Amino acid sequence: MSDCMSKIIRTTADIMFMFIVVFGFYIVLHGHLTPGGGFQGGAVIATGFILLIVAHKLDDFLGWFKKKAFQNFEMSGLILFIGTALAAIPLGYLFFMNFLSGAGGLFGQVVPYGVNPGFLNTAGTIPIMNIAVGIEVLGGLSIIILYMTSGISNHEEGE
Amino acid sequence: MRSIVAGITLVVLAVALLFAAVSIPFGNPAMSDMDDYFIAHGQEQTSANNIVTSIVFDYRAFDTLGEACVLFTAVFGVSVLFRLRKKEEDYEYE
Repeated sequence: MSDCMSKIIRTTADIMFMFIVVFGFYIVLHGHLTPGGGFQGGAVIATGFILLIVAHKLDDFLGWFKKKAFQNFEMSGLILFIGTALAAIPLGYLFFMNFLSGAGGLFGQVVPYGVNPGFLNTAGTIPIMNIAVGIEVLGGLSIIILYMTSGISNHEEGE
Repeated sequence: MRSIVAGITLVVLAVALLFAAVSIPFGNPAMSDMDDYFIAHGQEQTSANNIVTSIVFDYRAFDTLGEACVLFTAVFGVSVLFRLRKKEEDYEYE
């Protein structure tokens, strides 16, 4: 893992990385309208980061993105998820109640019954939880591969 | 001899599982009350077009919480495992 791949692979990975991340965020943000959701979109974004790890040197990657950033992504995703669930209790609802649905504010647009083109500003707390789970999965899967790669390269240097 | 027995076992198992899979009726579930309820009320109760997402993140959000905890536990286990290997070689007080 100490050396990197060829220049063709590195350039292709650099270009594809942007599209993969944008596609992943699209899947996360449109989770309540189209197939997909937080987990799937987060996995797609993590795939983009893993592509960079595979194509480049690990030290180069750690110069661009810190391990701490992915840890913070995962923690903030979990905290946002549980915080959204807990925020329903002070407002007089049950745990995990969808209190924003149809309320008119953030994500509170009422959706017409039946077939409709789909509106982004609907579904209450579901988009917030989608974003939370997306951030968490992106951090979690990336940090797993990062730990494994640095463990392998440490092991190889020790021998 | 051993490979012949293994092959026969594999074929018998595959035929049995395939027979069971084919004999399951597809498309007409016996108990569809929950499905009908979600399809009829999901859009007005959660105002989400995607019924699957409204089930996963609203009706059954506890399951998603457990899923997130499972991923967190996996990350925790991997970090502990690979940090041990690092400290074996050069252990130092930080």
